Amino acid sequence: MALDDAGLDLKDIDMVIFGSAPDAFDGIHMKAENMVDGMGAVGKPMARVYVGGGTGVFTAIAAWWHVASGMAERVLVVNEEKMSSCLPHAQSVFAHIWDPILDRPLRPNLVWIFAMEMQRYMSRYGIPHEDIAAVAVKNKRNAVDHPCAQLADAKITVDDVLNSEPIALPVRRLDISPPSDGAAALVFAADDIVRQHTDDPVYISGVGWNLDTTMWQSRDLVFPQYVARAAKMAYKMAGITNPRKEIHVAEPYDPFDYKECHHMEGLGLAPRGQGAKQVAEGLHDRTSDQPTCPSGGLLGVGNPIAATLGIKVGELYLQLAGKAGRRQVKNNPNEGVTQAWGDLMQVGTVVTMRRG
Amino acid sequence: MEGVGAAGFSTATPNLNWKELMFQAASRAYEDAGGLNPRKDVGAFITCAEDYWEGFGIFDEFTPDQMGGVLRPNFTVTGDGLHGLAQAFMILRSGLFDRVAVEAHSKASDLVSYRDILLHAFDPIWHKPLAGDPHFLAGLEMASYLGRSGATEEDCARVVVKNRGNAHRNPLASFEGRLAVEDVMRSPKVSDPLKHLDIAPLADGSVVFVLANRRVARGDRLVPLRGVGWSEDTPFPESRDGLAGTAAALAVRQAARVARVEALGGKLDLAEVDDQFAFKELQHLEALGLAPPGRAHEQAAHGRFDADGELPVNVSGGSLGVGNLLEAKGLARALEVVTQLRGEAGSRQVEGASLGLAHAWRGLPTASHAVAVFSDGGGAK
Repeated sequence: MALDDAGLDLKDIDMVIFGSAPDAFDGIHMKAENMVDGMGAVGKPMARVYVGGGTGVFTAIAAWWHVASGMAERVLVVNEEKMSSCLPHAQSVFAHIWDPILDRPLRPNLVWIFAMEMQRYMSRYGIPHEDIAAVAVKNKRNAVDHPCAQLADAKITVDDVLNSEPIALPVRRLDISPPSDGAAALVFAADDIVRQHTDDPVYISGVGWNLDTTMWQSRDLVFPQYVARAAKMAYKMAGITNPRKEIHVAEPYDPFDYKECHHMEGLGLAPRGQGAKQVAEGLHDRTSDQPTCPSGGLLGVGNPIAATLGIKVGELYLQLAGKAGRRQVKNNPNEGVTQAWGDLMQVGTVVTMRRG
Repeated sequence: MEGVGAAGFSTATPNLNWKELMFQAASRAYEDAGGLNPRKDVGAFITCAEDYWEGFGIFDEFTPDQMGGVLRPNFTVTGDGLHGLAQAFMILRSGLFDRVAVEAHSKASDLVSYRDILLHAFDPIWHKPLAGDPHFLAGLEMASYLGRSGATEEDCARVVVKNRGNAHRNPLASFEGRLAVEDVMRSPKVSDPLKHLDIAPLADGSVVFVLANRRVARGDRLVPLRGVGWSEDTPFPESRDGLAGTAAALAVRQAARVARVEALGGKLDLAEVDDQFAFKELQHLEALGLAPPGRAHEQAAHGRFDADGELPVNVSGGSLGVGNLLEAKGLARALEVVTQLRGEAGSRQVEGASLGLAHAWRGLPTASHAVAVFSDGGGAK
């Protein structure tokens, strides 16, 4: 689909970049090599780069340097995730992402450590769950217009979220994105040849990534420092000094509703503690000056971890190129930012994009 | 290359856990580069690792602290250390950062189920059910190679003798030995014609490279990384040319092009190529264009690839002599190349070494290869 969209054949591609979350989901060691055929990398240089859940944006960053280095003119990025083959539940794979001595005896899972982070965030700033739930409502309603949506709901309300099944309080079922299967692909080309392939090029204007300490237990989880530093790197490259004003559309990572708020603050789109309030006031709806997750996000479309490339970097491309159809934001955006997150609440990967 | 550090390089490292192995190699590399402070002086950090070797999911979570990279740009490449060098090369060329650290390690002594993990990389529907020991595929590849090239099992045994003999002069090697061809020929068959002594034994070790752009690189022991290349072939060996495929040839061609060295094979002073199975050294020499197709064994028999030959191959001892360091194999080969180019290889020094090649193959069941070409600081040959 991506090659067709760019009017290219596989033979035109110089290098391939592959993104996928832990091998254990597919149950294959060295899984990239097993998927060389499917990703079109036979006879080509291929690299699988990996930062856990941040991979959804990070492979685009790697694509940037593959081209910017002068080593490739046309790069294909393919991200894949198949969580459904993981039985009884994808969460079981996450049993082995913990420090075996300090963490694993506590039998942690991702839902309850994120519940801890959500609790810390809410209590530090006095954020009501109603405001955070507004993110889930926004995104699941936005997702109605996305062809891949798993959990789109045109009629969902804040009360629905607040009354949904408790999973690990304060987290409730409708606060969380689902495990998903998916794949996404993007084609990148050097700027001196991109106009051979499209009249609406969208450029990567900035990249940044940052990984915090393994010891998440020692950090104050109230603010995503790793997102802020990654964003600082990307904004500096892009020449953006006031993201709240200069960013026209944003796709922050929203695996949980509170995380979108958390990440907005890390990205400088809201003052600390204010992200949820801004969303609840409608300041980031699709019709606003600064829509966030117009795709419907992970909450509405789904969370195929690395394949969220398609609803993060991919969505930003579609929005800036004016190709987002019924999801198209109305403010004629020129500048956008997208971001992903993962590992032990550790990594921020940020890309800013600009209309050509 | 501004600095390099190595730690472990032993059959077992009971006194160091894997984080400590990484930390020690990183500390040594930063020191070797002139006393760098990674928190200030290093732009990005790359670890080369696979979850299943490590026994963790999402292994990149566990990397930044011991590299000095907390709250800095870190990522993992699921590949050999030479794949990491290739990414670092591109990052430096893009100008995004001026200095990048690349790490890979093996803590194979922690593995209780190495063969099962190796088999876990096989296609679960088409290949895994064929045999309980993954080495069946190496046996098939060896038989195919011998048939096509006319090389004999004894020719392969001579690779073991050469490399384990070379290992005597490498203080990092764990498997030095004065073997005879008969010792290899008599060793138990693992998957006919592959024998026990044809297979590089596992070892622990960590290697860290610090690469820097020329304008910031410090010190007088710099070794330019001139070119990198990497390539893949289909995961279905039955569909690959000669079972091994063409990826090694593509990788070396790319590396030579990037390094702007024509007829690379004729200009090399030394080559460190993957020999995790003895026959692979011969096969890889041909694939890399360092021996004519089907004739590596003839040239080897004439001593061309011996330590005192025209093109010393695996003068370090290779994986057969040093140990199979899992994803750190390529960096172990590169470590030898840069040590030689710095003139610091002691009793195994290749006189006047000025241009060297390091190669890595990711092992069964893949056709994933990477190549790095280094030259001495004195400029192009």
